Amino acid sequence: MPVTLPDAEALCAALAESMRPQVDPALTALVGIHTGGVWVAERLHKSLGLKIPPGSIDVSFHRDDYHQRGLHAGNKSSQIPFDVEGAHIVIVDDVLYTGRTIRAAMNELFDYGRPGRIDLAVLSDRGGRELPVAPTWCPHAAPLPAAQMLALERADDGRLSFRLMEK
Amino acid sequence: MSVITTGGNPQLNRHGELNHLLTIEGLPRDVLTRILDTAAPFTEVAEREVKKLPLLRGKSVFNLFFENSTRTRTTFEIAAKRLSADVINLNISTSSANKGETLLDTVDNLAAMQADMFVVRHASSGAPYLIAQHLAATGRDHIHVVNAGDGRHAHPTQGLLDMYTIRHYKKDFTQLTVAIVGDVLHSRVARSQIHALNTLGVPEVRVIAPKTLLPTAVERLGVRVFNDMREGLRGVDVVMMLRLQNERMQGALLPSTQEFFKSWGLTPDKLALAKPDAIVMHPGPMNRGVEIDSAVADGNQAVILPQVTFGIAVRMAVMAMLGGN
Repeated sequence: MPVTLPDAEALCAALAESMRPQVDPALTALVGIHTGGVWVAERLHKSLGLKIPPGSIDVSFHRDDYHQRGLHAGNKSSQIPFDVEGAHIVIVDDVLYTGRTIRAAMNELFDYGRPGRIDLAVLSDRGGRELPVAPTWCPHAAPLPAAQMLALERADDGRLSFRLMEK
Repeated sequence: MSVITTGGNPQLNRHGELNHLLTIEGLPRDVLTRILDTAAPFTEVAEREVKKLPLLRGKSVFNLFFENSTRTRTTFEIAAKRLSADVINLNISTSSANKGETLLDTVDNLAAMQADMFVVRHASSGAPYLIAQHLAATGRDHIHVVNAGDGRHAHPTQGLLDMYTIRHYKKDFTQLTVAIVGDVLHSRVARSQIHALNTLGVPEVRVIAPKTLLPTAVERLGVRVFNDMREGLRGVDVVMMLRLQNERMQGALLPSTQEFFKSWGLTPDKLALAKPDAIVMHPGPMNRGVEIDSAVADGNQAVILPQVTFGIAVRMAVMAMLGGN
């Protein structure tokens, strides 16, 4: 049975609208998780008209499965272009699954300082949490079997779309 | 699983991943490139408030230095500590080896103390390989070995950090002319550099040295030999100086260090023959006024201190890659 995939563009717009009342364009900073979260953070940054440039995080250094999977090349540098100390930071990712990536991202952020508050914004929650992590904003939730993976893709013209993959 | 019976490179496991780092010779280009790519994000860790990553948390790294070294041991120690490893420094030139313990007995004792990684410097070429082979033969190849310099053979992390530095400033290896200058004969650094440069596709690698300080048949390593420094430096993009290893000199290889400086020391007027944007590198420790003039060492073409900084990131990358495989 073909699964109807969520419309990533519509979800980006819906996510921005749900965040708008609770973010301060002068004080809120976004941090996207590589790679999909960085794309979403760029969109949100524009839609919400935020002043602080968005940061990006690669969680490779804090992954809890390093001893099983090793360290693979292709890991990017985290770029945090603002002072983390005391800041209101929104971690942005495409899909929320076990919560382990978010845990790693928070550890990474704390290497730069002590944030005042951290929120979490994701496009889709696919269920399957293994850690007590809940999104602050999430316009779409649909549980997926463990054998499947929901991946965000970006076309050459910048359009975002979801693809369902078998693991 | 034994690394020795894979038939291929003893440094790679059966998945083609790095299990030990013993020498650059024979490592495929994609492995070298992967190490350099992996090192890049580690350079940024030094800028953070917390300069520490948890990758080797709970692991024990033993620095086994059978030969003195301050810089290499310190940078390995910093790298391991920034990865959260417990670091144990053993200066064995003043320890058990003097009491008659063999190299492999020392290794067995430290392995019994739950070592996860050995960083080995030894005056004999092949000592790190011997250790890796011994660990594999005794079913302990989960313990990784990093060569921190063995005899005249290899100094792979120095070679890698030099490649990282060249890539940082020059981007593309395939358009470069690189000169290695000085005491090639005694230099494990030069051998690692030559293998790395050739593997990464540098079209012209030159060695510039007096005949007495060149190994026999050095051309076979894939280099152009120049016995005249001015001729050899003409048009190069990168000048890699070597330290004159006075302590390894036996017999009258050179008239005097002053004489050496006159013919082989890098002075501003000799450097002017290289490309105007050429970079000058040196693995340290420098002998000012012997192989390099202070005006060059402190000049704006020198990237000698960035080499030290990049060295920590490269060593972190190597240890993090080994620890995860």
